[in-house]
Amino acid sequence: MTIFGIPPQALFGQLLIGLINGAFYAMLSLGLSVIFGLLNIINFAHGALYMMGAFVAYFALQWAGIGYWPSLLIGPLVVGLVGIVLERTMLKRLYHLDHLYGLLLTFGIALVIQGVFRNEFGSSGLPYGIPKQLQGGYNLGFMFLPMYRAWVIVFSLVVCLGTWYVIERTRLGSYLRAATENPALVQAFGINVPRMITLTYGFGVALAALAGVLAAPIYQVNPLMGADLIIVVFAVVVIGGMGSILGSIVTGFALGVVEGFTKVFYPEASNTVIFVIMALVLLVRPAGLFGRTA
Amino acid sequence: MSTVTAKPGEATLPAETAAVSRVPAHQVLAFGVMTALLIVAPFAVYPVFLMKALCFALFACAFNLLIGYVGLLSFGHAAFLGSAGYATAHAAKVWGLPPEVAILFGTAVAGVLGVAIGAVTIRSRGIYFANITLAFAQMIFFCSLQAKFTGGEDGIQAVPRGTFLGLLDLRQMYVLYFVVLAIFLVGFVVIYRAIHSPFGQVLKAVRENEPRAISLGYRAEHYKLIAFVLSATLSGLAGGTKAIVFQLASLTDVHWTMSGEVVLMTLLGGLGTVFGPVVGAFILVALENYLAQLGAWVTIVQGAIFVVCVLTFRRGVVGELGRLLRKPL
Repeated sequence: MTIFGIPPQALFGQLLIGLINGAFYAMLSLGLSVIFGLLNIINFAHGALYMMGAFVAYFALQWAGIGYWPSLLIGPLVVGLVGIVLERTMLKRLYHLDHLYGLLLTFGIALVIQGVFRNEFGSSGLPYGIPKQLQGGYNLGFMFLPMYRAWVIVFSLVVCLGTWYVIERTRLGSYLRAATENPALVQAFGINVPRMITLTYGFGVALAALAGVLAAPIYQVNPLMGADLIIVVFAVVVIGGMGSILGSIVTGFALGVVEGFTKVFYPEASNTVIFVIMALVLLVRPAGLFGRTA
Repeated sequence: MSTVTAKPGEATLPAETAAVSRVPAHQVLAFGVMTALLIVAPFAVYPVFLMKALCFALFACAFNLLIGYVGLLSFGHAAFLGSAGYATAHAAKVWGLPPEVAILFGTAVAGVLGVAIGAVTIRSRGIYFANITLAFAQMIFFCSLQAKFTGGEDGIQAVPRGTFLGLLDLRQMYVLYFVVLAIFLVGFVVIYRAIHSPFGQVLKAVRENEPRAISLGYRAEHYKLIAFVLSATLSGLAGGTKAIVFQLASLTDVHWTMSGEVVLMTLLGGLGTVFGPVVGAFILVALENYLAQLGAWVTIVQGAIFVVCVLTFRRGVVGELGRLLRKPL
């Protein structure tokens, strides 16, 4: 049996890989969007912090024997704290300047973090095992579905939708959206906006770290795992519309799938397809698919 | 970043460019000192190092034209440097063209690429512009990785240097150096003239207050696009020259880290200053030379310089110097 001349195993296999990649795109671009909405900076350190999340999980296992499940909590917490320190000590000083300086600063931070980790651990990946409970897989008849991959897709979907719910449907989220529109007015109502900014940055970064922990058993733990990924995620954010929460989730998953299918039908273009889509979207809708015109 | 003193109610526009066409004495002096130093330098310092620095200096000057005078931060300028390098190397090696034609071909390729990318990106600004140029550059990177003629991971190696204009044998180190120096100076003067022309004044007006420039009848997008293409073309000139000097066109020059490096050079030297990018390029290339044995330390030091520059040293070396002397350099 074939579909469009492609054996279904290959087709569904790539669909699965696409969904996995899409899950990471979605979580990373969601964090970027949340940060961009309130701080108006593109967090270039996002890839480096994603990598740090994976490394926290690795260290926890190597040094303290702490396994995968606690790491899902520890990774985001530790990296979130790092993010809060970065925001308090450095980013905070740049809010009165052109937003481009924020981009340059986080770019510098990313270089430092990646350089330090590469010095310590080289460029080859460190293995991180799949937790016992999630080993093995299901035979669906038309394809084999590894349990861990199914877990990553479901879990990240839950995290993304949970974040969307908190931002769009709760009181806390309404403060956040209001501060995105007009921080001065929100502060005048007695809400501590600087603290909100700090926590938002910490939260966005924690999402990246969570993605890093999830990625550790799939891609291995590598100092440069976030370096090139983040550029693709930037393109995803542009396509979805910068600062759009739902946009980053939907385009994240969708582009992962598109990329997966491109690998089946025209492998040569699989690396560039997202950038081509970005160019086309920009021609038609400069603010992105879900973005409002600036 | 702002060098224009646009007081309220007084626009800095072509009507007042009488003072602009005259080059201030201190800048002529600085240009003379720079040229003299660069003429003497190869007899004291390793010429290949100097040529590398000169190529990057031209690249940084071209980049500065965009960030310093139009206020657009392109995070994808490596695309122009790298693709011009590939085009030049291909023209010189496979087609056997003489070096000057090969470099011009590479420059033209970068210019055409600049028109294509600029036409799509120029409507955006600020962070959007940075993000989109970065994504386009990454597209070029993957194309270079997969295209047949670029040689993938190997790049195009052993590019012949040949004879420049049929007269100058570029296999001789000093001849090559002075040809590279001449190319750099031509590029530098072109940029200088562009900045200090009525065209440059309009660019600054657009940077300072785009709606106002438009209301005065200037087609802001055209001016920005011309500046973008000029910047791309001159980056291509730098890339083509670099390919002839090192006899190599490789993926390093198209990778986004290269785009980051040129930002760093310009930032360190001084955004929007005439001589800043040159100084920044020399400092950074020297630094990389000394740190080359230390592996990933280069990245760490670069990152640290970025952080320090952004937090405390936003005027850059030349910007600070100009402030001390109270003269724009």
